[in-house]
Amino acid sequence: MDESYPLIRITDLGFSYPDGRRVLDGLSLVFEPGLKAGLTGANGTGKTTLFHLIMGLLRPTSGRLEIFGRPRTREEDFREVRAGIGFVFQDADDQLFCPTVADDVAFGPLNLGLGRDEAHARVHEALDLLGLGAYEHRITYQLSGGEKKLVSLATVLSMKPRLLLLDEPTAGLDEPASERLVQVLNDLGLPLFIISHDRDFLKKTVTHLFRLEAGRIR
Amino acid sequence: MHLEEFARGPSLLHRLDPRVKIPAALALSMVTAVADRWVVLAAALILSVGLTLGARLPFSRVAARLLAVNLFLAAIWLFLPFSTPGRPLAALGPFTATWEGAGLALAVTLKSNAIVLGVLALLATSPVFSLVHGLRHLRVPDKLVHLFFFTFRYFQVIHEEYLRLRLAMRVRCFVPKTDRRTYRALAWLVGMLLVRSYDRSIRVHQAMRCRGYDGRLWILHHFELENRDLWFLAASGCMILVLAGLEWTNLIL
Repeated sequence: MDESYPLIRITDLGFSYPDGRRVLDGLSLVFEPGLKAGLTGANGTGKTTLFHLIMGLLRPTSGRLEIFGRPRTREEDFREVRAGIGFVFQDADDQLFCPTVADDVAFGPLNLGLGRDEAHARVHEALDLLGLGAYEHRITYQLSGGEKKLVSLATVLSMKPRLLLLDEPTAGLDEPASERLVQVLNDLGLPLFIISHDRDFLKKTVTHLFRLEAGRIR
Repeated sequence: MHLEEFARGPSLLHRLDPRVKIPAALALSMVTAVADRWVVLAAALILSVGLTLGARLPFSRVAARLLAVNLFLAAIWLFLPFSTPGRPLAALGPFTATWEGAGLALAVTLKSNAIVLGVLALLATSPVFSLVHGLRHLRVPDKLVHLFFFTFRYFQVIHEEYLRLRLAMRVRCFVPKTDRRTYRALAWLVGMLLVRSYDRSIRVHQAMRCRGYDGRLWILHHFELENRDLWFLAASGCMILVLAGLEWTNLIL
């Protein structure tokens, strides 16, 4: 795969919410291939908003968004983005909606048009990668917080993403669950972009820090 | 709270394919709902009780659900006999109960209990996701299936949110009383639940779109119809026809 271009190139991006609140203002950022980066900043500075803009869940008010070497503006552009970037939401209850773990992990691959056998293979592959082999038939809403977080990760890994976006992955996790997540992310070796207030966690997972302040990267 | 408390069990009804159980439950409910003759109502109730026994559901849990239904029906018994014109049955002060009114109330009671038991035995014995898959295989419109499924899935989450909010009120020494302050606090609680549910629905939809969702749900598991399913389909079809036959002919009084 040719990854000589940056995974994400953001130029002079601006975003205001419909109520007029300006969150991002002239934000520029280059995310090089293979980068593992953290995104920090005070509450309400627009970190999650930035991730939503990258995934095409929100549209910028101004500026330019280039992902995988191509400008992205319309919904169709973002379908390809979503297939290539795995976004793990802060609250696993937002992400996991199927009754069993297998159904949830297969959701993405089936949406990508994979056949049932291939989807099954992806489910096993993703669960094994995270050491969740025995969880296939577990009921998602009965899992513990740490288990839900790992299963959320599995639901995007099964789509074979080229980059992972994680929104506050350690929120609500205890020490061992958090350690396990560090281990898993380091073993995967995928490029990472992580929103977190957990300095210790970031130190163990990323090599670069972006700091969001007053609507742009400092 | 456990909404699928009957879903797993040892009986034949638990093992049947939802694609035969759903039409059977629907037909039984419809015939029972429109039936007028006592013999049909009695037969439907006996059939439903038989199915419930056959499903070997825990008696106390079934009784608890029936109690909830019959509390509603108590209200009907309070009003229907007195508000239906007909031959007088008994007088209570200025109010007169009629035979016709009592008959109507009894019919509603029989129908409700028969339908609830039938649905418990036929549908509650499958996990909700099997029912959802069954509905999709039966070509029920996707939108209806999604509504049914998400209502179920997020009922649990919203209920937990409700418990958390109640707890937060209690730790700040809130004791419900019969006064305006209590009503206002409870109204805020309900309003907050609605707002939070709405926000959550948006986040769930976003998370689904991030994984390539475009309005269609694909199915990972498929069912195989087995012999016992076909036998059940034939037997339940016959029973429904017998009930319908009794209703629309004049066989047996």
